[in-house]
Amino acid sequence: MSSFRAFLMGGALALAAVTASAQEMPVPAKQDWGFYGPFGTYDRAALQRGFQVYREVCAACHSMNLLAYHDLSGIGYGDAEIKAIAASVSVPDDPDDTGEVKDRPGRPSDRFKAPFANEKAAQAANNGALPKDLSLIVRGREYGPDYIFALLTGFKDTPPAGMKMAKGMNYNEAFPGHQIAMPPPLSDDRVTYADGTKANLAQEAHDVVTFLSWASDPHLEDRHRLGARVIIFLAAFSGVMYGVKRKVWSKIDH
Amino acid sequence: MAHTKAPSAFKNPLIRWVDDRLPIFTMISKEYGVFPTPRNFNYLWNFGALALVMLVIMIITGVFLAMQYTPNADLAFDSVDRITRDVNGGWLLRTLHSNGSSMFFLVVYIHIFRGMYYGSYKRPRELLWLFGAVIYLLMMATAFLGYTLPWGQMSFWGATVITNFFTALPIVGKAITTWLWGGFAVANPTLNRFFALHYLLPFVIAAVVFLHVWALHVTGSNNPLGIEPKSDKDTLPFHPYYTMKDMFGVSVFLLIYAVIVFYVPDYLGDPDNYVKANPLVTPSSIEPEWYFLPFYAILRSVPNKLLGVILMFGAVVMIFLMPWLDTSKVRSAKFRPWYQWCFWFFVFDSLLLGLVGSQHPEGIWILLGRVGTLYYFGFFLVLLPFLGWFEKTLPLPASIAESVLGGGKLAGSTVAAKPMEKA
Repeated sequence: MSSFRAFLMGGALALAAVTASAQEMPVPAKQDWGFYGPFGTYDRAALQRGFQVYREVCAACHSMNLLAYHDLSGIGYGDAEIKAIAASVSVPDDPDDTGEVKDRPGRPSDRFKAPFANEKAAQAANNGALPKDLSLIVRGREYGPDYIFALLTGFKDTPPAGMKMAKGMNYNEAFPGHQIAMPPPLSDDRVTYADGTKANLAQEAHDVVTFLSWASDPHLEDRHRLGARVIIFLAAFSGVMYGVKRKVWSKIDH
Repeated sequence: MAHTKAPSAFKNPLIRWVDDRLPIFTMISKEYGVFPTPRNFNYLWNFGALALVMLVIMIITGVFLAMQYTPNADLAFDSVDRITRDVNGGWLLRTLHSNGSSMFFLVVYIHIFRGMYYGSYKRPRELLWLFGAVIYLLMMATAFLGYTLPWGQMSFWGATVITNFFTALPIVGKAITTWLWGGFAVANPTLNRFFALHYLLPFVIAAVVFLHVWALHVTGSNNPLGIEPKSDKDTLPFHPYYTMKDMFGVSVFLLIYAVIVFYVPDYLGDPDNYVKANPLVTPSSIEPEWYFLPFYAILRSVPNKLLGVILMFGAVVMIFLMPWLDTSKVRSAKFRPWYQWCFWFFVFDSLLLGLVGSQHPEGIWILLGRVGTLYYFGFFLVLLPFLGWFEKTLPLPASIAESVLGGGKLAGSTVAAKPMEKA
């Protein structure tokens, strides 16, 4: 009987495993991310390189409205660096005493300045397509960082024979439907890294995806650290409670 | 009946002073100290306590989340992100709460299946079962309302799909739906009332849990043998035997919960809910959280919308009717060879329907959904009533003690148990 039950359960699970892969979205190749796994952490150098890629390339079209400049302390920047980064943009100040709105340099408490004033302006500048906000892009996509990496490295100059592309669209292996409005954003030597790292396409994509993963989940390291402690405590406490329970029950037959 | 007798006086003068005026300590001692509990519980009897732990965790984390949350359609999504990004410990509160709903349902599903297997719904525990079914119904409402609050894509579209069920009602459907929405679509007024109700219902659940536990303490617990305790030998005082066993169970459960919360917090969620709600963009597939999937599969297995909605609600009604659908006098499936098979097929069927609910309704999934739905209702409406008439049940043991201890060891064991009764 019990083996029959196991068979039933096993059958249901196997069916689930087979069908989970049968979605219409292409499955991106798995990449090696340092922040995966129970002890995973973000590579600070990759985060800062990735921020550079975002700032010099992606930020031309993509906002990150949910992040403030002071959040950059999370990728290893000091106060002075953050102040300088924030001050490099100018943002509208509060209305002054005469009601006039003037611009002022950005402050660490400001949210990242968006490239466009509003969605309509963003669409108008991008052939009708809306560049997505990147604050939560990694957590907001199935396969997360693997998908974004595959997307950034998945552009092909010519679509496969027989595929008709709509006007202004680009062929991308990872994108569902394979037609994406975004032109290939990254290429070899698109940026020049301050730390001397060779900026080829894969390196740039890896770095910017690391940065975007951090932006989506800035407390991952805290979570992993606290998790280890909580689990060690609970494992020990479970052991103690099992001993107590055994001791209590050992006094009677059961 | 040594362990049903409540201590008449407490040594501590303050406790005695209170107890003389409101015998709350006497009650705690009677209901959780010496309360006579069948001695043969297995670990499945931990899940009631686990469910209570989850309710408390959900209410506490929920109250603190509500202090930072903004129930406004323009601000809700960003306010939830702010909780995880900027609020001290907010990321932990949120993931405890969002994964907590899954853990709560997991525990309650095991608790319900436990009751089904061992016949805990049968006389005299029908009302106890009904309170449990009401809790489950309230949980479903609360979970659905809560899932709307982050105002992500799946929040918005899930709310749209579920509230649209009411349009299936003839004549009044459209008017009722408009009334529920507070407008002509899921929008800000909907979010406002969903938040108000999501904050209210957990306290209603807590009240019904009180009734559930009260009813439990009137009839006493069922047990794996499904026979009533006949003497002191069949029971143990709740404390320390089951308090310690529950503590161990709770600790192991929290360990599993912690692994999910700290290491795979997004595993049970849908990535689409990290995308802000957009009424103009429909997600490629709208599917509810895993704990609703079997009902979603039942809904979609019928081509007619109204009939689908009726069947879906009917699937929950079946649980309410169980005490009267089952005609067998024997409680525990241990002594019901046929029912045992039907039960395990029902468990399998529920998992299958859950799987069907997660798939696009096409090809083989439609057929599997229909067969699964047929068995679901067949189990309640055909098997439960008829099995009682022709199933040849196995002989029941004379008592719990006899079954647990065997005849010979009986005398010695009661002597050994004596000292603990005063603990």
